[in-house]
Amino acid sequence: MGRHVSPRERTEPFCSGLQAWWEPVSAARTALVTGAGSGIGYACVDRLLAGGHRVVGVDLRAGRLEGRAAELEAIVEIDVADAGAVNAIEGIDEVDIVVQCAAIAGPVGPLTETPPDAWDRAMAVNVSGVVNVMRATLGGMVERGWGRVVNIASIAGKEGNAHQSAYSASKGAVIALTKSVAKELATTGVLVNAVAPTITNTPLLGPATQEMLDFMVSRVPMGRMCEPEEVAALVGWLCSEECSFSTGACYDITGGRATY
Amino acid sequence: MTAGRRALVTGAGSGIGAACVDRLLSDGCRVAAVDLHAGDMADRAGELEAIHEVDVTDAAAVRAIDGIDEVDIVVQSAGVVGPNVPLLETPADEWERTLRVNVTGIFNVMQATVGGMVERGWGRVVNIASIAGKEGNPNLGAYSTSKGAVIAMTKSLAKELATTGVLVNSIAPAVIATPMNLATAPEVLDYMLSKIPMGRLGQPEEVAALVSWLSSEDCSFSTGACYDISGGRATY
Repeated sequence: MGRHVSPRERTEPFCSGLQAWWEPVSAARTALVTGAGSGIGYACVDRLLAGGHRVVGVDLRAGRLEGRAAELEAIVEIDVADAGAVNAIEGIDEVDIVVQCAAIAGPVGPLTETPPDAWDRAMAVNVSGVVNVMRATLGGMVERGWGRVVNIASIAGKEGNAHQSAYSASKGAVIALTKSVAKELATTGVLVNAVAPTITNTPLLGPATQEMLDFMVSRVPMGRMCEPEEVAALVGWLCSEECSFSTGACYDITGGRATY
Repeated sequence: MTAGRRALVTGAGSGIGAACVDRLLSDGCRVAAVDLHAGDMADRAGELEAIHEVDVTDAAAVRAIDGIDEVDIVVQSAGVVGPNVPLLETPADEWERTLRVNVTGIFNVMQATVGGMVERGWGRVVNIASIAGKEGNPNLGAYSTSKGAVIAMTKSLAKELATTGVLVNSIAPAVIATPMNLATAPEVLDYMLSKIPMGRLGQPEEVAALVSWLSSEDCSFSTGACYDISGGRATY
């Protein structure tokens, strides 16, 4: 069960959806961000707050969110791989916007030497976690006729990074999963998209050696890492009314690396 | 975010181009409009920086556009749908015209504008490709070929300019409600619509919203990308 911190009164009127779909509006929505305590998730929280949304931060560890409890609707400390804990989040069925950043880098090394438990854990967090949160939130969105889901995949899920088979496989799964759900919901007003960043300056890089970082940056034509705020800017667009004809898409944000 | 930038939009007289003009104006850009038929834009002269009646296939005419080297944002929407016939029955002149407008035209405008952007260290180019350029639409061989070329050309230039501050991206719409598509045979249009999970045509304003983002400072780590906007149709 999660630890719920200071849920605030909801004072803003719920968006009635009366606006025609092609008219950009900037309605305040309820957003839920997983992996919100650091990295891309934290930057997405900032971005969504700046957009005037009510934000629920979900993370295994509240991390940097602790200092921001007053700005957030709630901080929920849970493991997204635990479907029961996800379903028990207060107000989970009232969420309009879901941004899924919770992920682990998983085991590094040749596939044949990847320990089965480490493989399973990477899949549990990176794939089942994404499924769990969508299962818990999509029903409400469909009922209300409006929703935006953005799942953070990775260029590794398109290309397959050597010695990152679990991470690559899990991110490939996120892309395919996003497309499946998007097609199922294509006419409901709920848009489901993925974003595929290349190496981004986040704590996920923690265990990487300088040599590995240099190699990853060498694959980026821009010659630098992506910053979390740059991903959040794209996520912000995909979560907005501005985005209305994109669903099942996987937008790369790779400084020129992505080949397809 | 893009306020004050100088934008140039090709194919500005109608469809996606006209929507991009509207959008960039409301973003605060100074917009120069380029189209083969300037007549469509005559009533907007007061809002626009300039209206240029130019055929983008004419490289010299493109280079001669007043202030072409001062442009910060280029949106290339000029395109023709080409012949609706089986590839092998495509008349040579229609094949060449389609590629000249859709491919060489984009090349011409980039060649005339990108140098200035690189010199100033900031620029955004958004080329309108098509989902046809990824998938290949039957009986639209010339169009599909030309749009595939736009995607690859965008990636080539983006890599060349990756460290200059000039970002070059393309977008791949599915079928959008524009005058260009009104000329498309109804059975071809039905085929394209049947492939869109959202079950409707896209609107030019929806494409312009994505173009606006790609033209802005908010977009800073995407280059050489091809963002589809296809109501769920795109498979990759």
